[in-house]
Amino acid sequence: MSDTRSVTVTVNGERRTGEAEPRLLLSDFLRETLGLTGTHVGCEHGICGACTVHVDGEAVRSCLMFAVQAEGAEIATVEGLADGETLHRLQQLFSKHRALQCGFCTPGMLMTALDLVRHRPDMTEAEIRSGMAAVLCRCTGYEGIVHAVAEYASGGEA
Amino acid sequence: MTATSPDGYIGRSVPRREDRRLLLGQGAYVADLVLPGMVHAAFARSQLAHARIAAIDLARAAAEPGVAFALDGAALAREMPPIGGMQVTAPKGWAERVEHRIGLPPQNLMASDRVRYVGEAFAVVCADSRYTAEDAIEAIDVEFEPLPAVVDPETAKEGEILHPDIGSNAVAELHVEKGDVARAMAAAPHRIRRRFRHHRYAAMPLECRGVAAEYDRRTDSLTVWSSTQVVHWVRKELAAALGMAEEKVRVLAPDVGGGFGGKGHVYPEDLIIPYLARRIGRPVRWVEDRHEHILNAAHSRDNIHEAEIGFDDEGRILAFRDRFVVDSGAYSPVGAGVAYNTTAHLLGPYHIENFSGTTEMVVTNKTPNAPYRGAGRPEATQVTERLMDIAADALGMEPAEIRLRNMIGPERMPYAVGLPYRDGVPMTYDSGDYPESLRRAVDEIGGVEAFRARQEAARAEGRWLGLGLGCYTEGTGVGPFEGATVKVDASGKIVVSTGACPIGQGHETVFAQVTADAWKVPIEDVVVLLADTSTLTMGYGSIASRSTVTSSMAIGDASDKVKAKVLAVAAHLLEASEADLELADGRVAVKGVAEMSVTLREIAAAAAPGWLSRRPEGSEAGLEATSYYEPPTVTSAHASSASRTPAGCGSSAMSRCTTLAGWSIPGSPTARSRAGWCRVWAARSTNRSNTTSRASC
Repeated sequence: MSDTRSVTVTVNGERRTGEAEPRLLLSDFLRETLGLTGTHVGCEHGICGACTVHVDGEAVRSCLMFAVQAEGAEIATVEGLADGETLHRLQQLFSKHRALQCGFCTPGMLMTALDLVRHRPDMTEAEIRSGMAAVLCRCTGYEGIVHAVAEYASGGEA
Repeated sequence: MTATSPDGYIGRSVPRREDRRLLLGQGAYVADLVLPGMVHAAFARSQLAHARIAAIDLARAAAEPGVAFALDGAALAREMPPIGGMQVTAPKGWAERVEHRIGLPPQNLMASDRVRYVGEAFAVVCADSRYTAEDAIEAIDVEFEPLPAVVDPETAKEGEILHPDIGSNAVAELHVEKGDVARAMAAAPHRIRRRFRHHRYAAMPLECRGVAAEYDRRTDSLTVWSSTQVVHWVRKELAAALGMAEEKVRVLAPDVGGGFGGKGHVYPEDLIIPYLARRIGRPVRWVEDRHEHILNAAHSRDNIHEAEIGFDDEGRILAFRDRFVVDSGAYSPVGAGVAYNTTAHLLGPYHIENFSGTTEMVVTNKTPNAPYRGAGRPEATQVTERLMDIAADALGMEPAEIRLRNMIGPERMPYAVGLPYRDGVPMTYDSGDYPESLRRAVDEIGGVEAFRARQEAARAEGRWLGLGLGCYTEGTGVGPFEGATVKVDASGKIVVSTGACPIGQGHETVFAQVTADAWKVPIEDVVVLLADTSTLTMGYGSIASRSTVTSSMAIGDASDKVKAKVLAVAAHLLEASEADLELADGRVAVKGVAEMSVTLREIAAAAAPGWLSRRPEGSEAGLEATSYYEPPTVTSAHASSASRTPAGCGSSAMSRCTTLAGWSIPGSPTARSRAGWCRVWAARSTNRSNTTSRASC
């Protein structure tokens, strides 16, 4: 299994190239090959959502996609959200509303919430709950997450 | 410098120190660690519940491209001892007060001659990536001879013996009683006997487990990163297993993605990965995948209870007898404490004079059983609360009423339960008004009468509404101890380290709050060091919902020692009496004369050893102290909750009646410590996201 391909992607605005076996998951390519460990792997079979990133503007579970499939794609990960030292507004709201504890699911939560709000800026609270249920959090009980996403949605895109 | 908060930080909502790095994706979990020259470990795990390993050959696996090392369980067993079956030994008082027979099996780090559960490791491969390590696992030649699997805990004793050295699948029996349960039960006007099954649970944190280790040949020392709640336990077991001095082993828990008790003991991988790093001379990282975690990380609960109560026409419980079997899986790494915890909590908030609790722990061909949230308490509460409902139904009495009639009233506090706690100390409920707690919970959902009216009306429309009540009293803040080191460093910052291992609770923030208040400094001037054995000689870890209480007490005691020294040095510098000095805002000043003051930084410089030292004649250099807080026993917390259905459209209310102020143990802490408990509790409440009363729909 040592045949590798060169894969070039644009991650958070930066062009990056790495070698990947065809079987290499996008999540492992981001984490192990490119060193972007902000994207977390919780289940490796598409259930937990911790590994959610944006590929060409859409939320994707990076554990369900091979790196070679991302050739040429624009990828956004949690590392690209902040503007220098300033946290993204959604990140600030997560802190304000106690929407994280251990932080392991948080990158997936943030990337999922941004995708949800972009597609459905006028979600009801019930729709936010339903949408955010796509990512598993074991610590918080979701209340803070729902409040953070609701406030973010009500203020529009930062 | 920011000013000290006039009201202090405990009890106030402060921003979490942990948030920024976690939100930026800059947290560092074990899987994020990259060590130079690192290899990746993967385990071969049994797909059979019970089998003899007839033959195993790693030659093909070891020859796979990219493989650095391969080892089977039998080879490892020749070099590393098994891990004990009782990582928490029974306290002396407990052993004297509880009838017991315990013979828990030790566990080989990997299966050497037979596998005893699906998921048990029998070989390990290290390779240049996890992918190639898993390829090599596929190339292991192994032959199993299946054995009959023991799956039913109630017939486990008749099944194939799992551990021939133990000689029986019944590995422990515990018994306590008070009063005369046989006589009281026989004399009771009514008796109810029921069987309750509490199924298996698993902690299932979002981050699976993981271990990375690096061996330094020059200093003959190991550094280990483990996703664990107990770094000091891991160090102790590891140093012993490898025959190394504890100081040569450093164990850290980096960011940990949840634990819930499931990471609260030492696992074989905590020892195997450091062993491999030393053996092959390269750093080794193992990251458990979800499939492994589900099969191999400890499960919990899994009890079958045969419980009986005797009661009179008024609903007063006269006798309570429970006999239950615990399905321990193939091993019970932590010991008998969880099983006994169930027994100790069966009486809950009720006054019942005659009680008998008997526990049998059996081994079966399932994943090992260890603590998970509640650690034995929910099992007890389920049994007792269901019996209350069933008895109420039998008498045509309101479930709330039967509970109120049996609850320990505030006039009986402090209340001697008549059974030992799992720390061996006779249980005493310190304070509280349990009936009032239940009344408030019921009021929160509109009261029983109003509910019954709604229930009747709904039933006429063909809808069924239900009312659920749950009451419990639990021991909290258990020992045996926690440690903390407090120092004022050369920059004048207060540096605290403790044995707590955060898994998402916000410990960095909590202990900064506690320390800032103890020292009356701005919270920014507190440095908190956690989950690193190099910062504290002896620590215990974050299990049993105890860290805020036990670590904070140790921080408070160590702070007192250092503050005494700070004042002595300041008095010397200011040529004033200590009694005239006060500590606030990071400096010591003469009371009422703000300009006569020295900063903590100046005091630290004066207290330092050497030519420039300006400490009082004869005093020891440095501003540092370590304290170990040993709780005399637990305090008792109580909650009552009420909820009404239909599910999804119900409302629930929980009335918490928790009083940690009312210690009542002879020789227990001083008034100052009691105040400390209250303030710590306040801090803990602030940092928890749950609310005590909730109504929806």
